[in-house]
Amino acid sequence: MTAHRTLADREDVLGALMLAPALAYVILLVGVPFGFAILLSFSDATAGSLHFGWAGLRNYAAILGDPIFLRALKNSAIVTVGSQLLVVIIATAAAQVLRATFRGKRLARFVLLLPWAVPVSLIVQAWRIFPFATVIVLAGLSSIPQEIVEAAIVDGAGFWRRLFQVELPLLLPVVAVAVLFGVVYTATDLGVVYILTGGGPANTTHVLPTLAFQRGILGADLGQGAAIAVFLLPFLVVVAVAMLRLARHTEVGAR
Amino acid sequence: MAGIEIRNLRKHFGDLHAVDGVTLSIHDGEFLVLLGSSGSGKTTLLRMIAGLERPTSGEIHIGDQRVDGDVPPRARGIAMVFQSYALYPHRTVFQNIAFPLEASRTPRKQIEEKVRWAAELFSISRYLDRYPRQLSGGERQRVALCRALVRDPKVFLLDEPLANLDAKLRNTARDDLKRFQRRIKTTTVYVTHDQVEAMGLGDRIVVMERGKVRQIGTPQEVYEEPVDTFVATFVGQPPMNLLEARDPALPGRTLLGFRPEHFLPKGVFGPSDDTRPFRFAVRRVEYLGSDRYVYGSVVEAGAAPGEVTIIAKLPATIALPIPEGETHEFAVPRRALRYFDADTGLKRAP
Repeated sequence: MTAHRTLADREDVLGALMLAPALAYVILLVGVPFGFAILLSFSDATAGSLHFGWAGLRNYAAILGDPIFLRALKNSAIVTVGSQLLVVIIATAAAQVLRATFRGKRLARFVLLLPWAVPVSLIVQAWRIFPFATVIVLAGLSSIPQEIVEAAIVDGAGFWRRLFQVELPLLLPVVAVAVLFGVVYTATDLGVVYILTGGGPANTTHVLPTLAFQRGILGADLGQGAAIAVFLLPFLVVVAVAMLRLARHTEVGAR
Repeated sequence: MAGIEIRNLRKHFGDLHAVDGVTLSIHDGEFLVLLGSSGSGKTTLLRMIAGLERPTSGEIHIGDQRVDGDVPPRARGIAMVFQSYALYPHRTVFQNIAFPLEASRTPRKQIEEKVRWAAELFSISRYLDRYPRQLSGGERQRVALCRALVRDPKVFLLDEPLANLDAKLRNTARDDLKRFQRRIKTTTVYVTHDQVEAMGLGDRIVVMERGKVRQIGTPQEVYEEPVDTFVATFVGQPPMNLLEARDPALPGRTLLGFRPEHFLPKGVFGPSDDTRPFRFAVRRVEYLGSDRYVYGSVVEAGAAPGEVTIIAKLPATIALPIPEGETHEFAVPRRALRYFDADTGLKRAP
């Protein structure tokens, strides 16, 4: 038995020590590239050269005057919002079905959740997030106390009234988190659009990540590519703050 | 207003017979308590009346309507209060109470009136704008009762509604509940494992064990004339003493039963009282303020002290000192003695 305090006794030091790897990971792989991207967006850097010149707001002025960028911005918003709306509706419906007991329920669950294991390249955004969202909603449904659902049944509420006035409001915090994940996942996704259409025909189906990739990497204009990508930031910040507030407020029960 | 008829009702969950052939007739306006330990089937029985559980076989009639088939809970004219109260956490007290009225498409204005009337009745008008989490346990319980009341049900079903309250609050809540039921005179089925609640609230008590009804009767009948050793030991605290009688006047294998409060020092009784004496080897005395519990065993003539622990409950009015480790003369009035068949456990005549 050691008489003096060991490392394990010192929670302040131990805490910092255990947090350090995660912190280093976030700073090195998220923070640094993020700061670098913002820096790049104010530069005239190009791929394949080490030249780095200050460009001020020129990159932003250029893309804001560019109809292809505006189209991509609009596409991003439509794809993200639309797919998440679809996901919430379908996932809630699927969770309701999966919660009921019927023959072959295990098989149905397996088939429905299968896209997790299937290569994402052939599946559209909604379908990609759908299984994940279903799992989340299903977990949320099972967290609603059985007695509350039964109270609603005894109180005379039919299926739709129970769904819209009892279950969905109680699911809101969980759904908000699912939507937040979905939004970030969809809005920053490059693969689906890049592989399905490549942004074409005639640059009409670009979303921000594909356009940023095309301009910045393929077109070698790192500065403008970065500026396009940075446009995701305000959009995602607003969504994240709104969703987290929603989740927190409904949890506390006072709106 | 309606009575409930239950005929040979069964509910099987696989091999488990949760409710195993219950026949019961609940009178119009009666306060009936289903009393049993967990797993006795009392809650399953209540849930079948509510329509939350479908019977394996048997019949349930509420009023003149048979409901055991496809009649959903909302069409049974029942209201239920759950053990957890099951208030909707995202709705205010007002919205909670209004919920069943909204579900039955009651006009707005009428909902408003009814909610205010019910809230007034349970003195929770002040809390109508609050959320359930901002209320104490007792207030939540009253909100749950309000929500049940506004439906004008034919039958109230209450599933251990006082179990989550602290002991002090439970007493007042019990009193409130009983007064409330007397006033509205609605048939009430009340599930509990607490025999004090059962005795205090019930017009009649149904004692259940392993899916079967052991006894139906008024609190007095169940306490004083238990039909078998299960009821005798389940109802009453401490339970009824059971002792193998070595009495040539009685048929063989007879158990003597007597309540601890009837088992008193011999000196307490007058010479004219008809009593049966026992020699009582006292092991330990427990002082509980209003009572003393005396633990020990009965010594038969010329034999070692019996192994069965016998308890005497002496009110504080008996000041007689009872030293531990000594043998004392105790007695039971003969009219307080009960007789049971040691093999079947059933009550028998002396």
